[in-house]
Amino acid sequence: MAALSVQNLAKTFTMHLRDGVILPVVENVNFEVHSGECVVLGGPSGAGKSSILKMVYGNYGVDAGSITLQHHGEAVDLATADPRTVLTLRRDSIGYVSQFLRTVPRVSALDVVAEPLLIRGKDRAESQQTARNLLARLNLPERLWSLPPATFSGGEQQRVNIARGFITEHPVLLLDEPTASLDATNRAVVVAMISEKKASGVALLGIFHDEEVRAQVADRIVDVTAFAPRIAA
Amino acid sequence: MSEPLLRVDNLTKYYGSRLGCADVSFELWPGEVLAIVGESGSGKTTLLNSLSATLEPSSGRTLYRMRDGQWRNIYELSEAERRFLVRTDWGFVHQNPADGLRMTVSAGANVGERLMAVGDRHYGRIRETALDWLGRVEIAADRIDDQPRAFSGGMRQRLQIARNLVTGPRLVFMDEPTGGLDVSVQARLLDLLRGLVGELGLAAIVVTHDLAVARLLSHRMMVMKDGYVIEAGLTDRVLDDPREPYTQLLVSSFLQV
Repeated sequence: MAALSVQNLAKTFTMHLRDGVILPVVENVNFEVHSGECVVLGGPSGAGKSSILKMVYGNYGVDAGSITLQHHGEAVDLATADPRTVLTLRRDSIGYVSQFLRTVPRVSALDVVAEPLLIRGKDRAESQQTARNLLARLNLPERLWSLPPATFSGGEQQRVNIARGFITEHPVLLLDEPTASLDATNRAVVVAMISEKKASGVALLGIFHDEEVRAQVADRIVDVTAFAPRIAA
Repeated sequence: MSEPLLRVDNLTKYYGSRLGCADVSFELWPGEVLAIVGESGSGKTTLLNSLSATLEPSSGRTLYRMRDGQWRNIYELSEAERRFLVRTDWGFVHQNPADGLRMTVSAGANVGERLMAVGDRHYGRIRETALDWLGRVEIAADRIDDQPRAFSGGMRQRLQIARNLVTGPRLVFMDEPTGGLDVSVQARLLDLLRGLVGELGLAAIVVTHDLAVARLLSHRMMVMKDGYVIEAGLTDRVLDDPREPYTQLLVSSFLQV
């Protein structure tokens, strides 16, 4: 059974502020991600890769189709789930490393990283220790740990974001260009972390523009251009 | 806890023939923060005041699960029951702290008063609890005997929050809790609120016109226009993929920094 199964997904945007222009994004999106593999969404910019990822995490609504996740041994359709169910799915079953960190004023990098564990009821000291280990592994200078990440460089913020996304043991993990602003050393760390997630049975779905990284992590590439909508005449 | 705390059915409020809010229905669960957004005059404050029994609606019901597990329509409570809710089980954080504080008694008494309302009579313990709460909202201990008149706007708002949370409420209503404060003060307050709400597992209903506040504090969101809820859902979904023309306008009008 797939950890994540996407079936017949379709999405259009209606831009009411632009005279109701309808922008078809994707249709007939079908793919599965199994436990222990990393599936990469491929295709040029604008093909709908990020939109698919956002639908799978529930940030975008869908017009048709289903997104089935295994949640505590039960199949749940995130596409039609109510907000409370989506939040429970996010807490327990599906994680997301976004491209940009949404910073909260005054919250330190260490607390940003440890928060997902605290939400899941883990002990504070233990959560912070796990967060420290991850930040150290990602070579974020220790003097930054107690500072809010708002003023960090792009690469530093991205590493905080990666640590926050990888700290939990979600069985499905979504990655939106996690290596985009990293140097070679840290890219290699992230590649190793992805391999470890795979080895521990996590199903990963990601977008990677960096070909070298993609070649290292991808088990399969799903070509998103195949889901391009046929424009009605 | 697999039961909601609040059930709202078709709540409608008219002021004479003018519509305040219409046909609002939703459920709120323990630990859940709901944001109500919309422009001035959209009915969000009318809705909040109806939900908190400050206003009597024209029709509809608001059912609240009391501490004994009984579901009660809040508009049919006795005065004593309603007072119990307002003084202990609920909190109400007003936009203007002067509306929620007693400006001419000390900060410590402002916090202690809510405790006395639930029957605490031990002066030493009340003062100790008040001190603890002042600390939690980052007000220095040596300000406990000062009146809120002598406090800045941000401090007053933090004191109002302490006064509301000291009794361990299960539901807190907030009306533009960061409105009228400097942005730097807002950030501190938001961070504080976010921490306290998460730590205490409070359910909260927050009225705001600030989408950044809604994004940071709330799980779910309702967008109001002309008295009606026109769009509702997960906060991320409503803000990242707004459907209704008005919601799209609201989201696209918001300055991003």
